[in-house]
Amino acid sequence: MSRIGVFICWCGENIARTVDVDEVTRQVAEFPGVRCAVNYKYVCSDPGQALVRDKIVSERLDAVVVASCSPHMHLRTFRNAASLAGLNPYRVEMANIREQCSWVHPVRAQATAKAVQLIRLSVEKARRDHELEPIRVPVTRRALVIGGGVAGIQAALDIANSGYEVVMVEREPSIGGKMAGLSETFPTLDCSQCILTPRMVEVGQHPKIRLYSYSEVEAVSGYVGNFNVTIRQKARYVDIKKCTGCGECWNVCPLKRNPSEFDYGMGMRPAIYVPFPQAVPARPVIDAKVCAKIIRNGCGLCLKKCKAEAINFKDQDKLVEEKVGAVVIATGYKLYNIGKVQDRPKLEGYGEYGYGKYKNVIDSLQFERLLSASGPTVGELKRPSDGALPKSVVFLCCVGSRDNAKGLPYCSKICCMYTAKHAMLYKHKVHDGQAHVFYMDIRAGGKGYEEFVRRAIEQDGAQYYRGRVSKITEENGKLIVRGTDTLAGEPVTIEADMVVLANAMRPADGVEQLAQKFNVGYDEYGFLLESHPKLRPVETASAGVYICGACQAPKDIPESVAQASAAASKVLITFSASELTREPEIAKVNEDTCAACFTCVHACPYHAIEQAEVRTPRGVFIKRTARVNPGLCMGCGTCVAVCPSKSADLEGFTEQQIYSMVESLV
Amino acid sequence: MAAGMDLGPNRLIRLLQLGQTEKALRAQGMWQCVSCQTCSTRCPKSVDCAGVMDALRQLSVERGTDTPEQQRTVLFQKAFLRNIRRNGRLNELELIADFKISTFVHGRSLSFLLKDATLAPELMKRKKFHLVGEKARDRAVLARIFARCMDDSIL
Amino acid sequence: MNLAYYPGCALHGSSNDYEQSLRACLETLDVQLKEIDDWICCGATAAHSLNQKLAVALPARNLALAENKGFREMLAPCPMCSMQLLKARKALADDEALRRSVSEIVELEIRGETQVLNLIQLFEAIGLDRLKAAVKAPLASMCAACYYGCLLTRPPEVVEFDDFEQPRSMEKILEALGGKTVDWNYRTECCGAGMTMANEQTVLDLSHKILTNAAAHGANCLVVACPMCHVNLDMKQPNIEQHYGVKHAMPIYYLSDVVGLALGFKPEALGVTRHFVSSANLPVSTGTTGKVSTPEAGPKAGATKSDAGIKAGASGKV
Repeated sequence: MSRIGVFICWCGENIARTVDVDEVTRQVAEFPGVRCAVNYKYVCSDPGQALVRDKIVSERLDAVVVASCSPHMHLRTFRNAASLAGLNPYRVEMANIREQCSWVHPVRAQATAKAVQLIRLSVEKARRDHELEPIRVPVTRRALVIGGGVAGIQAALDIANSGYEVVMVEREPSIGGKMAGLSETFPTLDCSQCILTPRMVEVGQHPKIRLYSYSEVEAVSGYVGNFNVTIRQKARYVDIKKCTGCGECWNVCPLKRNPSEFDYGMGMRPAIYVPFPQAVPARPVIDAKVCAKIIRNGCGLCLKKCKAEAINFKDQDKLVEEKVGAVVIATGYKLYNIGKVQDRPKLEGYGEYGYGKYKNVIDSLQFERLLSASGPTVGELKRPSDGALPKSVVFLCCVGSRDNAKGLPYCSKICCMYTAKHAMLYKHKVHDGQAHVFYMDIRAGGKGYEEFVRRAIEQDGAQYYRGRVSKITEENGKLIVRGTDTLAGEPVTIEADMVVLANAMRPADGVEQLAQKFNVGYDEYGFLLESHPKLRPVETASAGVYICGACQAPKDIPESVAQASAAASKVLITFSASELTREPEIAKVNEDTCAACFTCVHACPYHAIEQAEVRTPRGVFIKRTARVNPGLCMGCGTCVAVCPSKSADLEGFTEQQIYSMVESLV
Repeated sequence: MAAGMDLGPNRLIRLLQLGQTEKALRAQGMWQCVSCQTCSTRCPKSVDCAGVMDALRQLSVERGTDTPEQQRTVLFQKAFLRNIRRNGRLNELELIADFKISTFVHGRSLSFLLKDATLAPELMKRKKFHLVGEKARDRAVLARIFARCMDDSIL
Repeated sequence: MNLAYYPGCALHGSSNDYEQSLRACLETLDVQLKEIDDWICCGATAAHSLNQKLAVALPARNLALAENKGFREMLAPCPMCSMQLLKARKALADDEALRRSVSEIVELEIRGETQVLNLIQLFEAIGLDRLKAAVKAPLASMCAACYYGCLLTRPPEVVEFDDFEQPRSMEKILEALGGKTVDWNYRTECCGAGMTMANEQTVLDLSHKILTNAAAHGANCLVVACPMCHVNLDMKQPNIEQHYGVKHAMPIYYLSDVVGLALGFKPEALGVTRHFVSSANLPVSTGTTGKVSTPEAGPKAGATKSDAGIKAGASGKV
């Protein structure tokens, strides 16, 4: 026999003005199973909650229905109140007689009748609520950070400095990401490596950070608090523990002219190389695609020279298992590479700019390397074709960005700022040079950003043209740039020594496959999806997996760093107790009746159902069954809908509850 | 071509976006356009700019707002269409004569009338000159096609 | 090969030299052309400038005439014609209501079954290997600037032919014939199109730039596949030279001219001697010597409208 207490709220005038609360109370009190029905002005208030608690005790209620606002508002409040009074919180139901009744039905008689029906449903539901306990999931308090750029570094340091171990996986031979290759950063014009390398070193030396460089995430299984990650350590052919970084090997390597990835092709590197002097780890890697020893057993000079005996041509990829409780994805970006070979046909284009045809048409990251004091030209701005100092440089904004025809309609956010920076740095190097910038709009929304752009124009004499460039051709070693200035209404023709294209920011290669491994969504451009664009920018639909930095959307360094710390704080919340609690309204499979057809396994969008076995205590096999993983299940109910034997059911929303609610209305 | 236009294609489209259709129709810019299709090919928003120029030309002739500065181009296109409607295929000599006369009637420029007169013997020398041009057999259908497509009294 | 042939008004008018050369070499290559019976003008620039429906109807009628005779393919050597035909074909394929209404207007059912080829595509269909094998007189002294103009490659979604910024289809043909080509910067820049009569100055300005750039990159002739381009660059070359005070002396060949020459035809047989600018100084067969003409020093012209605007010269200063 049920002893249900119903508490009908006036919500001041919000409900009581339209719904006749006294009439409702009178009718509800007659429902079978209802022990008491009262109404009160604000049930969510302290005295209101006290009323609920007192009634639970005095009337020995075994379930509670609060008829008031939406459960989004106060379900937790009333569940807590019930808990305090000794009633299992999952035997509390709410009937929404405000948003779904008094606020939308102006006629008193109709609203009152509907309120009664809504409460009838909740009473039927409450009658069959099970006493549930929150699910406790153990947490491995170690974090995985994928990506060693500035965002990954920040997240890793924040988590490690809070006392937890971090496993960092970086695809390149060194951490540092794109920021390590920049010359100076806006708006302070700090030397990029100078501010980043101390952090890189900190990561490399941190006792709580285990760095897997030149590695990738191969596979992952598990769920929040309990991830099993398989990491592929790619073969370096150099034992970084033995290696001292002395440099004898790369000095002696005869294959010196391979385009350097770090320099985006602006410089060369040997077959055995460290990508840049400040690399972390500062240990070389051998490029197996060109190394003569690896390809045809020739050369081997580095092996002979290495006093530390660190070179090992028999090296192979290794797979390593790590257990972590939370993951931060910080895989960063790449630039749109204009050209014929694209991952999507729409992206082929911009042939009119001559990128790839004319040596002196380069993109912004390549220009950064030319500017950089530690770059391939040691900070002297030598143009690629002949090493001459360019006296006039044209910068094109919005190449690929804001371009519906190419399928990248978004703004890449950072290009207006770094183009102004490029114009300034160019002028600082070439005092009698002239920078020309073609722009559509100037987006300079950060702190000090607008002033920074004005400095480029007013102090460093950059000439800005509001318009696009239609064609770039080369005549007699000069690049003829034809564009327009729509403000003046005039065509603009410039004979330039060099052209720099501000290409669109796109997510790094392979991010989609990585996201699929973690059940993280991504949009049509490959940017990873956050839970909520306004209020949850670093969480994802996958519990325990967080994102930060340019992999989520184009952004600059300050924003990446801020998001990284945000992601770290989410990880720390996950780690704040040795166990995670989860709401128990999840699916459950009746193993007696389950026919092991496993339709639910395939249907579950969260991969939360396993194929399991039922055995006797001695271990004798009885039958196979589907089993819900309480750590992963999100309570969507898909399995309930597809189960042919009606063995899957949803706690808190059982089929019996739903049917009896429907029957009570008929 | 934009260099020679009073209002280039971007300004014409801007005027249309602002509802200033009349101003756009009275511009001479679209008559400088040679329909090279480069604009539509390059536009990042896939706007068919060449098509907009076509529409501006068509509408301005329909409404009679084509301006004196570009009379010659309009007169040429009209003469061309008259020629097709009559013959089914272009008769070059007839076209040139028609065009020269109508420009003279409108502009009274003797120099323009007589310009290119030396071309005739040069073409004749090279057997590129046809006194009587080709005609389609079924010419009546042309008149019907024209009538169905437009108010060809404007031609 | 058997295909329908749509000459267009120019090839039966003052550009009949183009028809002469293409008929000559195509016959040698075993291509049978059947002129579409009672074809009409495609509408050219005038139709799409003055009326949208007409611009679709006129070419559409020709599509119907070809397909009614059972032709799967038609050759349209003039890119204005081929572009208008392709545009109409696409518009009718995308819009069934339009197709029905235009079929009524032109009094013929248009099904859009016939493919439209330009001359370059036809040579590609014949096969570069076959062309190579048929060469009798390789184009040894030819250093050609291949000029595509506008409508062979644009609008790309209509003509779907070659790379619209850096096309190479003509160069490939020339190289198969043993000729050399230059890399130059005005391959797809407009020559002034149909403005020859109405707006001659535009044509002179644009064509002058084309000729100048071709010469600056070492070309001793241009190769075109469009009768309008040919008129603007060849027939108008004397006017250009007079206006700018410069001697270009740049012969302009049709693509079918160079194919024909390589196949062993004499220039007269191809109509090459009927061009305005002589190519007598540029014999193309091996074994003959002759002076290769070079244009004299650069342009001395006064400023023209298209020279207007903001310029930043070699010093980079504005």
